[in-house]
Amino acid sequence: MSIFEYNGAAVVAMAGKNCVAIGSDLRLGVQFQTLACDYKKVYPIHDHLYLGLAGLGTDTQTLFQKFKFHHNIYRLKEERDIKPSTFAQFVSSTLYSKRFGPWFVSPVIAGLEPGTWTPYLCGMDSLGAIETAPDFMVAGTAPDSLYGMCESMHKPDLEPEELFEVLSQCLLAGTDRDAISGWGAIVHVITKDQVITRTLKGRMD
Amino acid sequence: MTAGFQFDLCNRNRLLESKGVQGASVTKTGTTIAGLVFKDGVVLGADTRSTSGSTVADKNCEKIHFIAPNIYCCGAGTAADTENVTGMISSSLDLHRYATGRESRVVTAMTMLKSHLFRYQGYVSAALVLGGVDFRGPHLFTVYPHGSTDALPFCTMGSGSLNAMAVFEAGYKDDLTREEAVELVANAIKAGIYNDLGSGSNVDICVITKGKVDYLRNHEYLQNKTYQRRHPVTYGKGTTKVTKEKIIPLSELTIQDGDATAMDTS
Repeated sequence: MSIFEYNGAAVVAMAGKNCVAIGSDLRLGVQFQTLACDYKKVYPIHDHLYLGLAGLGTDTQTLFQKFKFHHNIYRLKEERDIKPSTFAQFVSSTLYSKRFGPWFVSPVIAGLEPGTWTPYLCGMDSLGAIETAPDFMVAGTAPDSLYGMCESMHKPDLEPEELFEVLSQCLLAGTDRDAISGWGAIVHVITKDQVITRTLKGRMD
Repeated sequence: MTAGFQFDLCNRNRLLESKGVQGASVTKTGTTIAGLVFKDGVVLGADTRSTSGSTVADKNCEKIHFIAPNIYCCGAGTAADTENVTGMISSSLDLHRYATGRESRVVTAMTMLKSHLFRYQGYVSAALVLGGVDFRGPHLFTVYPHGSTDALPFCTMGSGSLNAMAVFEAGYKDDLTREEAVELVANAIKAGIYNDLGSGSNVDICVITKGKVDYLRNHEYLQNKTYQRRHPVTYGKGTTKVTKEKIIPLSELTIQDGDATAMDTS
């Protein structure tokens, strides 16, 4: 077993027209024993920036606390929210500093760049190698089925509501073929002037 | 934040490994990269596939990294290592230029890269093709993960290096023209794209001549989707069953970057 499959997770993010969406499944387990089905793997950094963390539960929580803390310090110093691309570099260097004893996480970052409100989307491996994407990004224990869904269902310039449906269907269908993720899902659609958060009904098996 | 690597998770991770738990799978650039010296400069080339195991992680990544305005570097190996090692050397050279007021030399970049890689005994797994033009003329080097280097008129690296080298060996001549050189490098990269499964997608080219750089991103765009859905599925509003909804309106007042005020230097 890989340590990435200890708790189970599925994270998907997609870009639309002046909007991004990011969602995760809700299962937390210890291998095949399900412990909770309200465990969200997408964390808000600020209004227009969300961070998805798949991987080992203990590491994802610790890292989110670290990132949140550093963003709070950043806000106090700079009196503004961090840009998604800047935040991605910060996450990357945090992970690379542990090159030889890594955190077991795969982050996905989704946000809107301030000013232009264009989507920013990227993912990383556990060593912090950034992979920016114009369309979609996946992470977790069901990457192959999620890649397959997203590759065929995503199209450019989707409006927020369309984007929500596409992402939700990809996430739900993708996790159906993974035993250790699923059990409901949560999706955030981020636009310039609102964030829509929806909890989805999924298979509970 | 502290500089350098941190090793505090190593014991925990080793413990997990001793209990039979597999560690992280990382993104590699199973790659074809190549470089060639021609009449008045250097041509660098790379494919654009990055892989995680047998899955294609990125179909159009950038493997030709900026080092200095007159120096670029192709990277193969662990993606995080190539990205960070080139970034580190690039910023050190930047400071060096500020201190000396001179253009960076390719040998300086090469020496800094090899001493970093040698210090880490091959554990920082970056295999590089470094090229540039300085006041001594065009230079091309290969840097191996353990810190050894070669200076050659043409070279290849990565999992597709044999495919690319076969093309170079067949077609290389001294003092090629710019057009001939670009074509030969593109053909070498294509040999990797088509014959090595770790390499794929498109061809990136970078031509460095005295005082000028042409970064030809996706010089050859080979891999458009070969299929199109006949009945594109559209999910209408309400397809997904929602159990809970929360809409957070964001205030009109957002803090943005304003016009920068110049620093008071009086």
